Amino acid sequence: MKKLLSLSLLGLAVAAASSAQARDYDNVRIGVDVPYEPMEFRTAEGELTGFDIDLGNELCDRMGVTCEWVEQEWDGIIPGLMSRNYDAIMSSMTINDERREQVLFSDPYITMPSAWFAASDLGISEATEETLEGMTIGVQRGTLQDNYVTDNFSDVADISRYSTADDMVLDMEAERLDIVFLDFPIGQSTLLESEEAEYVVVGERISEPKEYFGDGFGIAFRQRDEALAEQFNEALAEVQEDGTYDEIFARYFGEEDAE
Amino acid sequence: MLDISAWFNDLLAGNTIFTADTLGYYWEGLVTTTQLVFLSLIAGLILAVPLAIMRSSKHKWISLPVYLFTYVFRGTPLLIQLYIIYYGVVFIDGIQETFLWPVLREAFYPALIAFTLNTAAYTTEIFRGAIKATAQGEIEAARAYGMSPRLMMRRIILPSAFRRALPAYGNEVIFMLHASAIASVVTLMDLTGAARFVYARYYAPFEAFLFVAAIYLCLTFAILFFFRYLEKKLLAHLRPQDA
Repeated sequence: MKKLLSLSLLGLAVAAASSAQARDYDNVRIGVDVPYEPMEFRTAEGELTGFDIDLGNELCDRMGVTCEWVEQEWDGIIPGLMSRNYDAIMSSMTINDERREQVLFSDPYITMPSAWFAASDLGISEATEETLEGMTIGVQRGTLQDNYVTDNFSDVADISRYSTADDMVLDMEAERLDIVFLDFPIGQSTLLESEEAEYVVVGERISEPKEYFGDGFGIAFRQRDEALAEQFNEALAEVQEDGTYDEIFARYFGEEDAE
Repeated sequence: MLDISAWFNDLLAGNTIFTADTLGYYWEGLVTTTQLVFLSLIAGLILAVPLAIMRSSKHKWISLPVYLFTYVFRGTPLLIQLYIIYYGVVFIDGIQETFLWPVLREAFYPALIAFTLNTAAYTTEIFRGAIKATAQGEIEAARAYGMSPRLMMRRIILPSAFRRALPAYGNEVIFMLHASAIASVVTLMDLTGAARFVYARYYAPFEAFLFVAAIYLCLTFAILFFFRYLEKKLLAHLRPQDA
């Protein structure tokens, strides 16, 4: 029975692979987890926007294809790519080895450190096993921040895992969480600019060890879609060359450098 | 003992998903789910008995409020109730300063409150149906004995109503177990939460969810078994007699 099942699954996979190779993309569906301000979010009018969205649309323009954005919660975003709900993921996804086994990445298009955020009266200046002892840490489920916190702090602290970054910020404002670990720009636009309470960055921004924090954000594709990844890489190089990239960058991050 | 752990290690050897670590998460999830479902069922049951009696009252001003309660909680999805109790309450100004906050702060208690109220509403309606179905003859006989309404409720109506309600209540318990799967949306690491964690970390939906489905099946079997035993004992008088 088991053999039969895996054989038929294999058959399906082969069929899917051969049809995929024959496919020429003139409509690329891109999976994205919204909201993740300022990388991807909706304006008050309900329009999808953000750094990833603007850059992605620009890349599609250069390639002469139409982009269609498909919303998908983060914890199912890679399986969604595999099951062909969309053809690429452009959703602040950090390139790391664990993910490289599953997906094919474009060249990195931006580098973002992670950081700890807490209310200004928490009274710690550094996040270590000692200072975080007994605290409740918030992370988004299945992110590299989740992996990092799970591997390093699960013995000393409680970890609350959220489906979206929004729910986590809400619980931070509700004082259910002591401290959260987030991509720096996300924490900056959701917490540091919050009017509810005063939040600060605890310690340095973190982008080491590479095992967790990888090599910047990349666009993810199915392993076999090498041609598509190559198209995106060429368009990305072009956009970086002619200054369009800097223009989009300034739109969301001001003049501050991406590090 | 050593044999068992050696056997266990052999079993897990070369397995990247079901390591001792992830099995630990599943175990933690099993404990949370069991606690949550068990406690909410007990509390819901305790609430449901007086509510069911009130609901079957002839006086409108007693039965109507209970009807409203069951109507609201049976008429809205449990997920929405959980969202309101967990995320909604934080928008009440100054809630953090009240004595309620230490309870509402933890994800466990809002979930417990939502599950309790929900199961209490359903159980109330199950019991009310059973109370209403009490044979008229039994009530007449009790009256003929000169029993007060209170005594009659305690000695005649409730015991037979409980027996009648048993099969339907067994279903409610199983529904509650399955409904508890939504607890992970408020960060609780229940069985489904553990499965979602493993799924997100190892990108392995089949393994993560099939394994957890098997655990839910085992729990359901245990509940079924327990209620079958109860029915056998309590409903013995309804079985056909051997000649």
